[in-house]
Amino acid sequence: MSIDMSQFYQAFFDEAEELLAEAEHLLLALDLDNPDSEDLNAIFRAAHSIKGGAATFGMTDMAEITHVLENLLDKIRKNEMALTGEHVDTFLEAKDVLNSQLEGHRSGADVDRDVQEEVKRKLKALSEGKPVSAAAEMAAAAASAAAPAAPKPAVVAPAAVVDKMRHYNIDVKALSEKDTANLEGELGLLGDVSSKRLDNGHVAFSLKTEDSEDDIISICAFIVEPEDIKITLQSAAAAPGAAAAPADGKQRYNIEVPELSDKDAENLKSELALLGDVSISKAGGKTIFALTTEDSKDSIESICSFVVDLETLVIKDAPSASAAAPAEDLAVASNGFIEGDGFGFFEPITPPPAAPAAEPEPEPAKPVEAAPAPVIEKKPAAAKKEVEKAAAVETTSIRVGVEKVDQLINLVGELVITQAMLEERISKLDPVTHEDLLNSLGQLTRNTRDLQESVMSIRMMPMDYVFSRFPRMVRDLATRLGKKVEFVTSGAATELDKGLIERIVDPLTHLVRNSIDHGIEVPDVRHQSGKNETGRLSLSASNRGGNIVIEVTDDGAGLNRERILSKAKQSGLPVSDTMPDSDVWQLIFAPGFSTAEQVTDVSGRGVGMDVVKRNVSAMGGVIDIRSALGYGTTMSISLPLTLAILDGMSVSLGDNMYVVPLNLIVETMQPQATDIKTVTGAGFMVHVRGEYLPIIPLYSLFNQPTQITNPVDGVLVIIEAEGKKAALFVDGLVGQQQVVIKSLETNYRKVPGVSGATIMGDGSVALILDVPTIIKMGQNNNSEGVYQ
Amino acid sequence: MSSITESGNNTNDGVTNAKEFLTFVLGNEEYGLEILKVQEIRGYDAVTKIANTPEFIKGVVNLRGRIVPIVDLRIKFNLGKVEYNEFTVVIILNLNGRIVGMVVDGVSDVMSLQPNQIRAVPDIVASIDTKYIVGLASVEEKMFILVDIEQLMSSTDMELMDSVAMH
Repeated sequence: MSIDMSQFYQAFFDEAEELLAEAEHLLLALDLDNPDSEDLNAIFRAAHSIKGGAATFGMTDMAEITHVLENLLDKIRKNEMALTGEHVDTFLEAKDVLNSQLEGHRSGADVDRDVQEEVKRKLKALSEGKPVSAAAEMAAAAASAAAPAAPKPAVVAPAAVVDKMRHYNIDVKALSEKDTANLEGELGLLGDVSSKRLDNGHVAFSLKTEDSEDDIISICAFIVEPEDIKITLQSAAAAPGAAAAPADGKQRYNIEVPELSDKDAENLKSELALLGDVSISKAGGKTIFALTTEDSKDSIESICSFVVDLETLVIKDAPSASAAAPAEDLAVASNGFIEGDGFGFFEPITPPPAAPAAEPEPEPAKPVEAAPAPVIEKKPAAAKKEVEKAAAVETTSIRVGVEKVDQLINLVGELVITQAMLEERISKLDPVTHEDLLNSLGQLTRNTRDLQESVMSIRMMPMDYVFSRFPRMVRDLATRLGKKVEFVTSGAATELDKGLIERIVDPLTHLVRNSIDHGIEVPDVRHQSGKNETGRLSLSASNRGGNIVIEVTDDGAGLNRERILSKAKQSGLPVSDTMPDSDVWQLIFAPGFSTAEQVTDVSGRGVGMDVVKRNVSAMGGVIDIRSALGYGTTMSISLPLTLAILDGMSVSLGDNMYVVPLNLIVETMQPQATDIKTVTGAGFMVHVRGEYLPIIPLYSLFNQPTQITNPVDGVLVIIEAEGKKAALFVDGLVGQQQVVIKSLETNYRKVPGVSGATIMGDGSVALILDVPTIIKMGQNNNSEGVYQ
Repeated sequence: MSSITESGNNTNDGVTNAKEFLTFVLGNEEYGLEILKVQEIRGYDAVTKIANTPEFIKGVVNLRGRIVPIVDLRIKFNLGKVEYNEFTVVIILNLNGRIVGMVVDGVSDVMSLQPNQIRAVPDIVASIDTKYIVGLASVEEKMFILVDIEQLMSSTDMELMDSVAMH
């Protein structure tokens, strides 16, 4: 895991946490007899979003649970099933499990698999219409507590679902660490998987899934040769009940290293925590780590090698955790760390006697129950420690409301203006008599500038932040769907408001998924239709006409007008066959609309597009579709600028100042009289480097009085947008600066030719020119012959 | 001043229906608008003119980092003498989150009115279209025209908002 990814994980964690909290809130408020369909939709969307994110980051356990959760919710919201209290209870349980999984991923702690499986099974049972009565549940719980190793009694309804799960052992010939990890990730999409490196160099995967052997082979085929795979089906009876085998495939190791410094020990511990549960103790000049993990000795060694010499490292197999995690070990696990050598800063803490340490185990007297108890009880203890550690990390970032940041930015802007005013006033004072005052003001100036810079940097982020999460997702999805996709991005440096960046992720994720799932065809089909087998998916961002335009373009099948129309008629939407294409495309944004024949866990539920539309509109943006059947689709999201930084050239016109976006300026020039030509009385042209460009006088376009009406006395700014060039005639150039774009539309309305406004250093307002519109307006003016 | 204290007393008397109005002068007429719509009152600053807008839209100003349009009701309704000096007053309104400034001849008072003090509008009384007038109030021999400022400012006449943005 590279460090880079951590920021995205953090974003996902925060987001998922919020979504879960929201879902819980809605669930609790849900009226059983008359559930609000909007609330159900909201819960469904929360689950869907978490699933999307979890899948993107390869957190298959969360994706799995949300997938079943979603299935059930989908049935309820489509009224195929009535909502019961049982549903709500199970949903809440699922929410708790997701929360703990989230916490698990965040801190690297392991999550109690029993509970996960239990909830997953319940959800499945419910979605198949089987009752999971409280009694049955308790029976199941009791059964699993009493005889964890035994298969579930057949009478318990949920067990029937487990039966569908098959347990495969997959033996793969020599495989590198990386490939192993990849393959494990791929197999994880099918079900529960664990891997073990065998002595003969082979890698053994153990997979529990509902899918067939063929599916497994086809997935493996991306990474290894089919000849090298051997798949054996483990008989259902031999396979321990999914829920009953929490430590399945896990091995317990004792790792002995020469005594380490506290810092090294802590480092190593956190490294090992990535593999599984770890606890630390010290004895006889050695530091001993007790590790429960699914990973092989090799990977432990490779991790340890960062911190300790391999020669001095001893890894011993310990008895399996599930079978006999002795109570003493527990005591060591919770106290061992404190026992170590201290620096004498603190009172030595005497380890509590064994009895209290063993307390969490309820009545370990009965031998049958004693076995599972340590496993179940040990997890919370370990998890708690991890959570504490995570809590310490969390404080490094805080989530603050966007309004607060906005307010801060505005206040700092005011401060800068006030400071400029002060400076101006003080500059009139005698520098000798007021030296102290001047010095202090100089300091204030520097501090204000620093303050402004750091405040501004809070909000602006390059689109790269969003774009960089996609390559992995695209790759995974394409592999899974058996498609070949080339992924390109452009405009990753375009800066976007942080608030928008965060909110654009979800819609973009949906669009990219859709493009891969529905847009780009499988290689065979592409080949038949004469296209390159590898589809092309591009993600681009640009500042355009005062908007930020983000486009997802694929060269896939395009939208099928007929199919959308017929589907819309089926769903009872008001449509007619003569609707223009653009209106037809908008139909796909209707809630629950999907033309996909099959619901996969990628897409096809018709939930994506209405969320996309909703999110984009919430940001004040519009989404536009351009599509041609057989040639591809472009989804274009255009966001208004609420706050974006622009490199601009300020130009003067009469008493006013205007800002022209620098990236649209080709050059500026003071024309010679000989360069100016009149064209059939319709307008002026200027001759620049062999080209004749129309002159657009800003004063006449904006009806603003100015002294300078002859281009020779003023300045021509050559602007270019949408492939057209023109020469904008203004009084003069003032300077180049970065400006913060503010929308005029917040309190006023859209003004033709103006994309926004900004506040200049002296506190006055300057309008930012909308160059593409101005070029168009200039053309109209010319053709109407408004000016001679 | 005294009337403000009075009105304060009135509201404290437990009469819940009373509404407070800010009264302002346009030409020879006195108008009132619901005080809860008023964000602040300030002097007239230099505005940035916006191209191709009607004359009564003076332009936009920077109000603590927000770009706020300024309209001059005197021009819009052909009232009073249009001049800008240090006594010119701008009432900054907050209408459902949208902030608009309006230039008036002067701000006079804040008064509290009971519903029974507000009378229906006869057909023609003011320069402002009657559909934006909620009623008339007469207090101490003076007549105030109570304006539904939100309706007025969001009307198409004012050209302050895009048609889509209207509530």
